[in-house]
Amino acid sequence: MPQIAQIAETYSSQIFWLLLTFGFVFFVIGLGMVPKVQGTADARDAKISGDLDAAKAAFARADEAEADYRVRDAQSRAAAQATLVQAKAQAAKASETKLAAADAEVAAKIAAAEARIKAASDAALAEIETVAADAARDMVARIAGVQASDDAARNAVKAALAHG
Amino acid sequence: MAESGKIDPMHQFAIEPLFGTDHLSLGGFNIAFTNSALYMVLAAVVLWIFVIGGMKRELVPGRWQMAVEYMTGFIKNLLIANIGDKGRKYIPYVFSLFMFILLANLLGLLPLGLVGLHPFTFTSHFTATGVLAIMSFSIVLIVGFAKHGFHFFSLFIPHGTPALMVGPLFLIELVSFMVRPFSLGLRLFVAMTAGHVLLKVLAGFVINSANASPALGLTVGTASFILMIGISALEMLVAVIQAYVFALLTSVYLNDAENLH
Repeated sequence: MPQIAQIAETYSSQIFWLLLTFGFVFFVIGLGMVPKVQGTADARDAKISGDLDAAKAAFARADEAEADYRVRDAQSRAAAQATLVQAKAQAAKASETKLAAADAEVAAKIAAAEARIKAASDAALAEIETVAADAARDMVARIAGVQASDDAARNAVKAALAHG
Repeated sequence: MAESGKIDPMHQFAIEPLFGTDHLSLGGFNIAFTNSALYMVLAAVVLWIFVIGGMKRELVPGRWQMAVEYMTGFIKNLLIANIGDKGRKYIPYVFSLFMFILLANLLGLLPLGLVGLHPFTFTSHFTATGVLAIMSFSIVLIVGFAKHGFHFFSLFIPHGTPALMVGPLFLIELVSFMVRPFSLGLRLFVAMTAGHVLLKVLAGFVINSANASPALGLTVGTASFILMIGISALEMLVAVIQAYVFALLTSVYLNDAENLH
């Protein structure tokens, strides 16, 4: 077994070169380079978890904004509804007033027209009376030869007209 | 590798000085640049290149950067799972340990024999794994005593021990604690050695049976070759698992030092 057979002549060389090479590995690679490599990996892990946290916060903000939007949406819908109801009520009231005004106007016109009709028919009746009274006087004068007074003739006519 | 086609499955572990550095020495100690040292350098360089690819530091990583970050993240999770958040400061050490052993195991498994080179697995030498184990154990001791002082010895007395049992339990726990560096280093050395020996023995079966007769070659040789394919896949798994076990046990021991019980 060369490991044992050669130990006397090789142990010093083995130890010397191992310490030299492992010393290089430890001081140059282990202490000089590995912390930088590990630092890069740690920085990446930190960045990833930071980005994830930021994304989570952004998600929460988005949810908040959505809830806020929903509330405002509901509010503005309610406001619009109220405005609509109010406008409807106003419009109904306005049309009611206008209708009432128009009704009154129409009623006034009808009343005026009725008054004119009445006046006309009264006038016509009065004329009929006059004509009838004249006719009655003439008839009395011709039949009885009596000159009937104007008033008597008129009353007689009135009575006759009233009886139909 | 003697005459008559005999194949020595242990030859692969032989350490040979390269580039005529046989007698290079430092303070009286031989420090020849061997094939073992070459593979240590290769593991370090491959790991260096691998991690350089992860240094782009882009927010959206490419495949290479992703692979490097996966490995550092794997070690980070291992340490946090075993030690807690205080384990982060051990990432450089445990990452270096895990990747160095992993690359040493995997580079030693490369089929470079096909192009005439001799791959070498320095983690199959307890002189190398022992140094790594002692390093981990020393860090545990230093951290433990620096953090808890002599209170660190309470590690050897489990909670709720009856007063009568404190003495014997302290001794048992102390022994199990002191055995740690040996089990840490020997486990890796034994696992790598055994796997490589098994592969070489099976390869020897293929070659020797084929040389003996076509009938033997087709039966024993083919069966051994099919087995080798499976064992090679298993060895890749063992290479990863042993590196992981080394890193895992180091972090478990570091947990004792950081948090006592």
